[in-house]
Amino acid sequence: MSLASAPLNTNVEVPKQKPDSPWRIAYRRFTRNRLALIGLFVLIMMFLICFIGPLFSPYNLYDYNLADKNQSPNARYWLGTDKFGRDILLRMMLAGRISLLVGVVATTIAVVIGATLGALSGFYKKSVDTITMRITDIIMALPTLPILIILGAVLSDLKVDPSHRIYFLMLIIGLLQWPYLSRLIRGQILTLREQEFMQATEALGLSDHRKIFRHLLPNTIPIIIVWATLSVAGAIITESALSFLGLGVVQPTPSWGNMISAANSLIDFRKRPWIWIPPGICILITVVAINLIGDALRDALDPKMKK
Amino acid sequence: MRQYMIRRLLQIIPTLIGISIIVFAISAMVPGDYITAQNNPNMSKEKAAQLRQIYGLDKPVVERYFVWAGNMLKGNLGDSLSHKQPVTKVMNNYVWNSFIIAFCTLVLSWLIAVFAGVFSAKFQYSLFDKIVTLLIFICMSLPSFFIGLLLIKLFALEFKMFPVGGMTTAGINAHGWAHIVDVAKHMFLPTLVLTMLSTGSLTRYFRTSMLEVIRQDYIRTARAKGLKERTVIFKHALRNALLPAITLLGFELPALFGGAIILERVFVWPGIGQVYLESINMRDYPFMLGFTIFIAVLTLLGNLLSDVLYGVADPRIRLK
Repeated sequence: MSLASAPLNTNVEVPKQKPDSPWRIAYRRFTRNRLALIGLFVLIMMFLICFIGPLFSPYNLYDYNLADKNQSPNARYWLGTDKFGRDILLRMMLAGRISLLVGVVATTIAVVIGATLGALSGFYKKSVDTITMRITDIIMALPTLPILIILGAVLSDLKVDPSHRIYFLMLIIGLLQWPYLSRLIRGQILTLREQEFMQATEALGLSDHRKIFRHLLPNTIPIIIVWATLSVAGAIITESALSFLGLGVVQPTPSWGNMISAANSLIDFRKRPWIWIPPGICILITVVAINLIGDALRDALDPKMKK
Repeated sequence: MRQYMIRRLLQIIPTLIGISIIVFAISAMVPGDYITAQNNPNMSKEKAAQLRQIYGLDKPVVERYFVWAGNMLKGNLGDSLSHKQPVTKVMNNYVWNSFIIAFCTLVLSWLIAVFAGVFSAKFQYSLFDKIVTLLIFICMSLPSFFIGLLLIKLFALEFKMFPVGGMTTAGINAHGWAHIVDVAKHMFLPTLVLTMLSTGSLTRYFRTSMLEVIRQDYIRTARAKGLKERTVIFKHALRNALLPAITLLGFELPALFGGAIILERVFVWPGIGQVYLESINMRDYPFMLGFTIFIAVLTLLGNLLSDVLYGVADPRIRLK
């Protein structure tokens, strides 16, 4: 007689009842916020238009139709053309790809560095903490915009290929952003590590790596999501400001910021508003949409912060 | 308290050293220097080498850093290469132009934010509150340069209500009252944009802090005593809602003297931010480095100030 033959009734009827998980509660809170839903819709539309729209455009990024230059919006060119006869609508959609991409990737870089270092310094404390926090002190006291401008000038002087510039830009913006997240995560980890479930991981003899990445960091995900959302908005504004100064994304690669810099020429500024106003409006509505979503996420994910 | 202050001041030192190294290293990465940036075709090789020697540009980077850092400790930021004047003097010449705008912005944005915040907290979920909330989001999302350009286009070019840029009208040479009016007209648009930018987050802060206070028991007590609603809100609630905001004043410090780089360029305002941008284009290192460190010091002092003010405002959290 083996133990396996013992009758095991596994078909006990358990009343099916979905528990209210924190994520479900957060989802319900988020969808109740009408402004945020509008923001989400606008953002999704913006992504769709920018990433799919160019496929339907009859024009090409490098189409220089000098015969059609400086046309005001008409049936052929819905948003007009610039001084090289390039279609503004197409350029704006492609610029949107770049601007959104820079925002998202820069934030991803910041999140990876910020969350990891924040978790490590909160978990190990002592010298790891001291060193990391000193570094965050230094970066946070650096005047962001001036440093970005100087770095932008360095990129120009090093004759970095225009198509590679956006990668450097993402990296630079990300590297200047992570300390803010790092501080938040560290504070959170410092309280989390004293809680009972961490004693349990201690008792189970889990490795530090597992403790940090499987048990501590997942508990900070709400903070990371909220911070990352708002940070994307900030990165888009930063990128556009730099590109406007001619130090971020440079021609011929379009970005919303460098399209607005057409306003630096007096004639375009005064007589051809269709060249520089639409990209500005794109920045504005995208950033407003992201901020609305971020704020709603904050309310939905972090009940303690809701006031 | 004094011990805490001393400890905090000492902590600033390593941070500053770190900042100075980073800033210097970045500037050293730039391949060109002041001589090449001038693009002077008449510059012979010998002349260029001679000039580099005079400016100390021929020495190795590490040596240059120590010379620069050593001078800075003595309060000597060196001479600006493009202005041919000591950096401190150039800063003094332009920083006040930036300061007037920043100061007006500070006063205006705090006034607007306090009122908007208080009323939208008082009438939470009302139409007014909803409009304020949406406006806060728009203000927080404004790309400053775009709004600046848009306002110039609208109010300066189309309606001709304000001058296009600059600080004074060229050729007027006004004195006294007329001069002040002239400058005020030029100031209006840049101040408006800066105020919009900073009012958003401030209003949000006041609204949250007011909502917190308004629900407390002593406010109910004040109402129960039969005080006028105005007295309850502005005398009893507002005071306590404003206290934590004092710490925000410390953070305004770098903004007051740092200038608004992009907006000053858009509005051609002769402020320190524009000079700074030029100094980067001209590779005028002494000025560029000196001013970057200046802002960093202000940021650190601002943080310290806000921590101290925090203790002053709320004795419960006073640090030992």
